[in-house]
Amino acid sequence: MSLEPGTYFFSGNEAVAEAALLAGCRFFAGYPITPTSELAERMARRLPQVGGVFIQMEDEIGSIMAIIGASWGGLKAMTATSGPGFSLMQESIGFAAMTETPIVVCNVQRAGPSTGMPTYVGQGDVMQAKWGSHGPYEIIALSPSSVQECFDMTIRAFNLSEKYRVPVILLMDERLSHLYEKVRVPSKNELIIINRKKPREKKGFLPYKADDDLVPPMPPVGEGYHFHVTGLTHDERGYPHMDPEVQESLIRRLNDKIRKHVDDIVEIDTFMMDDADIAIVAFGSVVRPSIRAIKLSRERNIRAGLIALKTIWPFPDKFFEDISSRINTFIVAEINYGQVVREVKRAIGDKAKVLLLPKMGGALHTPEELLDILMREAK
Amino acid sequence: MPMQFVKYHVRDKYLKTDRLPHIWCPGCGIGSILNAFLLGLEKANIDPDKLLVVSGIGCTGRVAGYLNMDTFHTTHGRAIPFAIGLKIARPDMHVVVFSGDGDLVTIGGNHFIHAARRNNDLLVILVNNLNYGMTGGQVGATTPHNAITTTTPYGNIEDDFNIPFLAAAAGAVYVARWTSLHVRRLAWSIAEAFHRKGFRLIEVISQCPTTFGRRNKMPNGLDMLKWFRDNTIVKHNADLRETRIELNRKIVIGKFIDIKDKPTFEEQAYGLVEKVRGVKRGE
Repeated sequence: MSLEPGTYFFSGNEAVAEAALLAGCRFFAGYPITPTSELAERMARRLPQVGGVFIQMEDEIGSIMAIIGASWGGLKAMTATSGPGFSLMQESIGFAAMTETPIVVCNVQRAGPSTGMPTYVGQGDVMQAKWGSHGPYEIIALSPSSVQECFDMTIRAFNLSEKYRVPVILLMDERLSHLYEKVRVPSKNELIIINRKKPREKKGFLPYKADDDLVPPMPPVGEGYHFHVTGLTHDERGYPHMDPEVQESLIRRLNDKIRKHVDDIVEIDTFMMDDADIAIVAFGSVVRPSIRAIKLSRERNIRAGLIALKTIWPFPDKFFEDISSRINTFIVAEINYGQVVREVKRAIGDKAKVLLLPKMGGALHTPEELLDILMREAK
Repeated sequence: MPMQFVKYHVRDKYLKTDRLPHIWCPGCGIGSILNAFLLGLEKANIDPDKLLVVSGIGCTGRVAGYLNMDTFHTTHGRAIPFAIGLKIARPDMHVVVFSGDGDLVTIGGNHFIHAARRNNDLLVILVNNLNYGMTGGQVGATTPHNAITTTTPYGNIEDDFNIPFLAAAAGAVYVARWTSLHVRRLAWSIAEAFHRKGFRLIEVISQCPTTFGRRNKMPNGLDMLKWFRDNTIVKHNADLRETRIELNRKIVIGKFIDIKDKPTFEEQAYGLVEKVRGVKRGE
């Protein structure tokens, strides 16, 4: 059975698994990898209890392809991995984007590149989540910063993937996956669950003809639609069509169905931003020492605030454009050598100073480190 | 006799005829194999609405797109894992993987052996044209020793996979091999395999005159078909150590493995659901 409403004590990994089940996930395919194995382990135990199937595949490519297949079979499906496995999944993420398959991929970031530090935190997969597969496409990536957010954003990840027929990446990090916190599980009527659109009628149905929202209804198998799904450039019939004009309209639509719904997709949390003139930009686990740093800076009469990104892709350009006129300095704190900072700079242009406070991986920023840069820059 | 165009074929109902003509070269064997597949489907009395066909990438990977059913043209080497998820989601449907040798046992070799080991309930039609046709005739894991390809201009120094042996060793419950010349036996085998369950493999050796044959003294499709006629021997239940394909030896074809009662992955996975739900949890 899915979880009863109430309060639970979960790790990030456990919260994602339970939220997935509550969102209707009934298939999980995965390959063991640190630091996300507990998620797969919980799914292996829990899925049969709710009538679902868990399969441990031979690698991460098999895992993501199996969930794409299951999604076309009508199940909500997810996989979970970390850096090396996420790298292996990239081609298939492009395939899911091209064929408009709703899937959820939980990537618990660890310190990289390569095998890196498997049991330590990293945030180096931000650009990979967006650009990892070849060709121009859009996906959605969400970044939780507490176990409660792991839970809530997993449900949201399923909802967005079903609504927009797009792969949604849950960009977790090691610290969150192993952090235990209180999680409030909402009641059934508080819970919002979105399911993919189905075709309204079979006659004259074109599998890749989009509605006004740029999302085509997804036909179920075995009901006589006789549809074809291909990673090749395809026309509205779903037939391969090697024509620059077909490519132009298909790829524009695949990107625009996300770009035109940024307001619906993007979520941002702010803390003490009302009167701030200097801001920390953080996401994931780094949000936590950042809150502490803001509190410490306020004690020192520094008007600092925090922008916590909950949606990283599509990037909240408009939010930064709007806020840039009243902030002198943005400090982007991330556990990599500069990824989100490039996006912030792009969105802001030269309207404010944008600084990177990097960490190469293995540890979070300390509140003191963050406070130091706030004190230095606030002068 | 004046030339006549065939306007209608009895098995057109299984095809997306608006997608024809197909992309395959003159003399290619895939068309005959596709026809045998449709014959087998008909013989087995399979409702096309209850059939899902999954292909990978390559010449044979294009089969799915011509079938008037729900069909999937996936990524290179990954038709099997896609099909695994599809079948688990819809255990009531027949799921067929129809793809080539490069796709299924070279780039996708790991998925192939693991699906056989797990006994995922899939019927795999593997068209083995002995080389990478679509990309211009490069060597593959199925190219016979000494064969000339564009990337083995001095002859292939590697050994090829003995596919029936590989499949059987990994746990496949039905293993047969035919050629594109043996269309009747192939159709019959496909029909039979539809009525088995579990991981079933039918390897079909096919002629690729355009990129393989013309570099190996068989420049026309007919030359290769004659090779199949003169150099194959039907040997059911053959010793699978003897089923390697060599250019100067008889190719053993036939039905090699037919196990009827091995539980499938899907039966066990959904059996687990019943078992787990029947027992009170201590949690």
